[in-house]
Amino acid sequence: MNRRDFLKGCMACGAAATLGVSQKAWGIGSFEGYPEGMGVLVDLTRCVGCRSCEAACNKEQQLPAPDAPFDDKSVFEEKRRPTEKAYTVVNRYETKKEGGPVYRKIQCNHCNEPACLTSCFVNAYTKTREGAVIYNPKVCVGCRNCMIACPFNVPGYSYSSALNPVVKKCIFCYDTRLKYGKPPACVEICPQQVLTFGHRNDLLKIGRDRIREKSDRYVDHIYGEKEVGGTSWLYLAGVDFDKVGFDTTMANDPIISNVKDFLGIVPMVLTIWPALFTGFHLLATKNKNHTNHEDGHSAQEDHKP
Amino acid sequence: MYAVRNWLIGGGFMLALIMSPADSRAKTTPDTLELDALVNIYNKVHFNHAKHIMLVKDCADCHHHTTGTLVQNPNCVRCHKNSGATASVACRSCHLAQPFSAAALREKSKTAYHNDIPGLKGAYHQACTGCHLKMGGPTGCQDCHSRNKAGDAFYSAGVYAPPQANGEKKHGSH
Repeated sequence: MNRRDFLKGCMACGAAATLGVSQKAWGIGSFEGYPEGMGVLVDLTRCVGCRSCEAACNKEQQLPAPDAPFDDKSVFEEKRRPTEKAYTVVNRYETKKEGGPVYRKIQCNHCNEPACLTSCFVNAYTKTREGAVIYNPKVCVGCRNCMIACPFNVPGYSYSSALNPVVKKCIFCYDTRLKYGKPPACVEICPQQVLTFGHRNDLLKIGRDRIREKSDRYVDHIYGEKEVGGTSWLYLAGVDFDKVGFDTTMANDPIISNVKDFLGIVPMVLTIWPALFTGFHLLATKNKNHTNHEDGHSAQEDHKP
Repeated sequence: MYAVRNWLIGGGFMLALIMSPADSRAKTTPDTLELDALVNIYNKVHFNHAKHIMLVKDCADCHHHTTGTLVQNPNCVRCHKNSGATASVACRSCHLAQPFSAAALREKSKTAYHNDIPGLKGAYHQACTGCHLKMGGPTGCQDCHSRNKAGDAFYSAGVYAPPQANGEKKHGSH
């Protein structure tokens, strides 16, 4: 092999590797969610704060007994977040709007491109075809990366378990209901039909229709349509979302976009750099080992039939 | 009264259509109704229909256009300005008891209109609670339906209430 062939070979290999990588890493683009994915439209203007959804979640997911009865309204005195014992909680917000306080249900929003999934190094999380973000507690090592990654501060942690603490969160009732085409327990129990279950695409249409038909009732925004790349759970509200505990500073790009470009380079570095630097090394040492190289070359020739 | 109204609105050709449901309505309008969809956790609701008719007067306040009354919502008028009474005026004939079943969702995606009809439970609560708030009617859950034993268990309330209660609430995130 002469110098020219070697360089040609290097170029060809490098180009192939770059193309291969670019198709895989940069070809991912943004993921708009599975077309048949389900979701829930939460209409805050309908919620009366009865906490039935919390009770239903507790029973369906076989969570431990609550600290206070589910009809106890005193829990609204503080702002709660989901925990290992409650995958969904309702908070109350006093607003200036007529018609009393606004209640907001919190649970996992089941992102189209979940940051928890991205951050999990044991791959415990899965975004299912139906739209649920589920996790495998058997492989969870309890590192809590997902708790930091989640833009909605959702995953809870079983601090009570000393031996095997794992992350706990709403799974859209995937195992018991969603998988079989049934709505989650909170949706089914909700008396006011605050929660509308359906295909995410249909829910967006319904949400837009409600805003159009009752423009005085709703703020012209569906929270979760675009936020962090879109979520399966969507919200309508009658007051500005930042007044009722929503983070309205969220970008429309999924969290993974922050690191996608960097992560795209990693495989390229791993594939090209060894070849490149081996090439440099061979070139740099070519003359020094001239005789050895020649020997190898002729030996190779001899093996040919 | 209804017939005259509709005569003015819809024209004379509607008369025959209007009269027959009006007659049958007079015969079948129930005085009381037993609402038992939530008997798993609540006792039956004995709904005093007659009393509500006296209080509300206009059937459309609850029944939309189905009883053949004048439609006023501008959005509904677009299609239903000449609609007569429907074959059934019962809530459950449009508001499904299982609004999110796979079959219901399949039907929903086919229609351009009426694709956001609340389920039976949602319709009851939105209509009843909404009006009760305005009119000063009862709005607490157990004002209308008292909870049964299974309901107490479901809500971890009553005899199923968590034992502590000595100190202040400690439901927190820590």
